[in-house]
Amino acid sequence: MTIRAGASSVTRKKRRVGLLIGNIVIALVAVCCVVPLLYIIAISFSDELALVIHGYRLIPATFSTLAYEFVASSPMQLVNSYVVTITVTTLGTAGSLTVTAMLAYAMSRKGFLLGRKINFAVFFTMIFNVGLVPWYILNVRYYHLNNTLFALILPYLIVPWNVFLLKGFLAEFPDALIEAARIDGSGEAATFFRIVLPNCKPALATVGLFIAFMYWNDWWLGMLYIEKNALVPLQLMLYRIMNNIEFLSTSLNTGYIPVTTTMFPNESARMAMCVLATGPMLVVFPFFQKYFVKGLTVGAVKG
Amino acid sequence: MKQRGKHELWSNAIQYKGILMLALPGLLLLVAFSYLPMIGIVIPFKKIDYSKGILGSAWVGLTNFKFLFASGDVWRATRNTLVQNALLISTTLVVSLSLALVLYELSARRVKAYMTALFVPYFLSWVVVGYVAYTFLNPSMGIINQILRMLGQNGRVNWYVEPKRWRAVLTIAYLWKNVGYFTILYYASLMGIDSGYFEAASIDGASKLQQIFRISIPLLSPVVIMLTLLQIGKIFFSDFGLFYFVPKNSGALYAVTDVIDTYVFRSLQTSPNLGMTAAAGLCQTAAGFILVMATNAIVRRLDAERALF
Repeated sequence: MTIRAGASSVTRKKRRVGLLIGNIVIALVAVCCVVPLLYIIAISFSDELALVIHGYRLIPATFSTLAYEFVASSPMQLVNSYVVTITVTTLGTAGSLTVTAMLAYAMSRKGFLLGRKINFAVFFTMIFNVGLVPWYILNVRYYHLNNTLFALILPYLIVPWNVFLLKGFLAEFPDALIEAARIDGSGEAATFFRIVLPNCKPALATVGLFIAFMYWNDWWLGMLYIEKNALVPLQLMLYRIMNNIEFLSTSLNTGYIPVTTTMFPNESARMAMCVLATGPMLVVFPFFQKYFVKGLTVGAVKG
Repeated sequence: MKQRGKHELWSNAIQYKGILMLALPGLLLLVAFSYLPMIGIVIPFKKIDYSKGILGSAWVGLTNFKFLFASGDVWRATRNTLVQNALLISTTLVVSLSLALVLYELSARRVKAYMTALFVPYFLSWVVVGYVAYTFLNPSMGIINQILRMLGQNGRVNWYVEPKRWRAVLTIAYLWKNVGYFTILYYASLMGIDSGYFEAASIDGASKLQQIFRISIPLLSPVVIMLTLLQIGKIFFSDFGLFYFVPKNSGALYAVTDVIDTYVFRSLQTSPNLGMTAAAGLCQTAAGFILVMATNAIVRRLDAERALF
């Protein structure tokens, strides 16, 4: 008996050590995930000369807000890009969620024979993609989308993955309710908008979040179709700043702060723009994480 | 018989015309942005002249394909695509599965906090990941060169010019952004396992490691195999942002960082020969399509329920 008790205390001890190691490993990984972002913030608050001398530091060698003063003195490009991205995300999410839900609902209705064919038509676009060139030519030469806000919205309105995700949720809606509405004389559209949608809010929130996230973080459509500075969304603005230091200095340097080009705070200003363009979204996202995880785990089962 | 089936379909569609109307806007968008581009499948076989339109341009047979394969670039891009994506798929699998198994042992409250941290990079765009990579790789001020100098090594590595370690750099960047996502998927599947198995095993005296290798991994394997096969099915298609923004589209690095998607994008912007660029895209489409069909056939063999079609 005593031997057994001794053995179990040894295993318990082993288990505690194992848990400790597990915690340490995961904590290290978690730190690795977050610290690089802290570096970006630190650089944006660093004095340019100190950066040149000491390199990037997690704690600025010389603290400076000059980069933010530059951005504040001529915030036009940043404000402009925010307006573009917010507009695209709002309109895109509303439009995409509406057409996606309508299509997904039609596919999920059991008596509707064409539903299966539509299902295949949507699915086929997932496995057969003719590639960039035909799509690009069509959008530019035939639809004339380049340098319009539509170029940033229309191509993403229907995403097959979102359609199937939402269809999975809508298929669980009880037929009896739809049937009852029909007997009461409600048309299909009225049933959908008045009865089905209001009762599927969590599903709509999940898919809507994915759509909003897709529009917010998109640089691809901007890179392909947008030249005009007035229509540059946030992510494309960040790309241009990284790629082309002149884009940064011309969009910031309007002469409010007298400074020679050699003194222009390239590194810190670049990172300040990154913080200002990305920060707000990162503060918001943990609140939606729950929905996100739900959508991901449901969606991945039948990708 | 077939006639009757068609008739039935039509009368059903008329009966459900309200539903059809609901589906219509989505279907129109699908046609406009997914099906009409399919006409463009002829572009590689033509000498495109916009004054005559795509369909009116002259046929040139396989000339564009000959030009394409005569240049070494496309082979290099194909090799990079396959090698790098294989590396990404395998490392992601090992790392995220291990993390999920460790997380499973920890208390739920801790897991929530860790998950939030692990998930942060997933919410960043590749452009921002490019910024993060830059803070590490900047030759004069970057963190990596600072560390190399501290270790007394050559801290002047010009990362954006020397292709030597870029397979590892790309792998780490990809893991950093995506490991949280895959870990959550595997963790959720682990939570779905009946805890009775583990209780029974520990009563029988199985150690934690034995439980992992005899219970967790075998029961997870369907999900793991499925996800991995799906990724293999898409191996010809790369995560464009990773290969474009992280190496800052540096020409000196193309030897290891140029993949089919970046090659096609660059050619679209710079090359006057549209047909050749489209030819590269078509080859990618064809290879990708065959691979998806093949992997699906394999999945169907293993577990018909999980097959895509």
